[in-house]
Amino acid sequence: MTLSNIYNLYKTLEEESILLSFKGVFTSDLLTSILQIMESKLSYLEESPKIKRKVFNVLVECLQNLYHHIDTGEIIQDGNHMADGRSALLMIARVNGSFYIRTGNYIYNDVSVELERRLNKINSLEKEDLKLYYQEVLGDGLRSDKGTAGLGMIDIARKSGNKLEYQFLDVGVNYRFFCLNVKID
Amino acid sequence: MENLILDGSAKTPAVNFDFNKGSMELKGRSIPENSVEFYQPLNEWIDSYAASPKGKTVVDIKLEYFNTSSSKCILDLFKKLESLNGDATEVIVNWYFEEDDEDMEEAGEDYQAIIGLPFNMIEVEEI
Repeated sequence: MTLSNIYNLYKTLEEESILLSFKGVFTSDLLTSILQIMESKLSYLEESPKIKRKVFNVLVECLQNLYHHIDTGEIIQDGNHMADGRSALLMIARVNGSFYIRTGNYIYNDVSVELERRLNKINSLEKEDLKLYYQEVLGDGLRSDKGTAGLGMIDIARKSGNKLEYQFLDVGVNYRFFCLNVKID
Repeated sequence: MENLILDGSAKTPAVNFDFNKGSMELKGRSIPENSVEFYQPLNEWIDSYAASPKGKTVVDIKLEYFNTSSSKCILDLFKKLESLNGDATEVIVNWYFEEDDEDMEEAGEDYQAIIGLPFNMIEVEEI
């Protein structure tokens, strides 16, 4: 990276009104720190307690997803270079009174197919049906070995009140890069 | 039987399960990465309590936030209480939520839809 790129990166973050951003491996301690920082930042913002709670809630779930999906390989092939598969990106932006929580992470092809299917289903449902879907998944008694319940994305969609924006990019033979943008307003 | 009392932390709620009073309270936030681990002693306590419950069992849920990994554990807890409810003890759930916190109110409704226990929905200014 050239020195002027530091300035370019700064300007991009500034133009995108980024409140906080982190790229790297999301550990349990890091989750605690990020939540503390955001809670403190939110307390200074002139926003309703309602939207602050929603931002915190969605952030909690997004962070949990990044934490639990670090099981992709340590070193993976992304295009022409090697990358750390456990590494992920988080950005929180605030533009015109709306908050945006954005995440990016590597994901196995087969896992991504299942996730994409679920995201399609979630986006096809309106508020009341989303609530019923949540109750159905909550009550089905299933839980993965990581203790995650398949409820995370449904919860994010319910709390945000908006459709989830997402994209899966093909980056290698076994991996895709999952981009998620959650709007909260 | 011993009471189960745990201080709250940045990611886990304060727990006050009192055998003599027949009361169980969860207060604060429940957002640990591994909820199963945190909730296991709570479930075990309820199993022991089930051997000789009080005539009335009052469950106070006063949560500001909980993650979806906790939501399954909280459901397991309610399921235990549901099977406990009957001749030996009457189980009552008080579900607290802050004014304007529709999400926490709806979360209570989600459990009501699944669990056959009476829920009192209690709106308070601050939890």
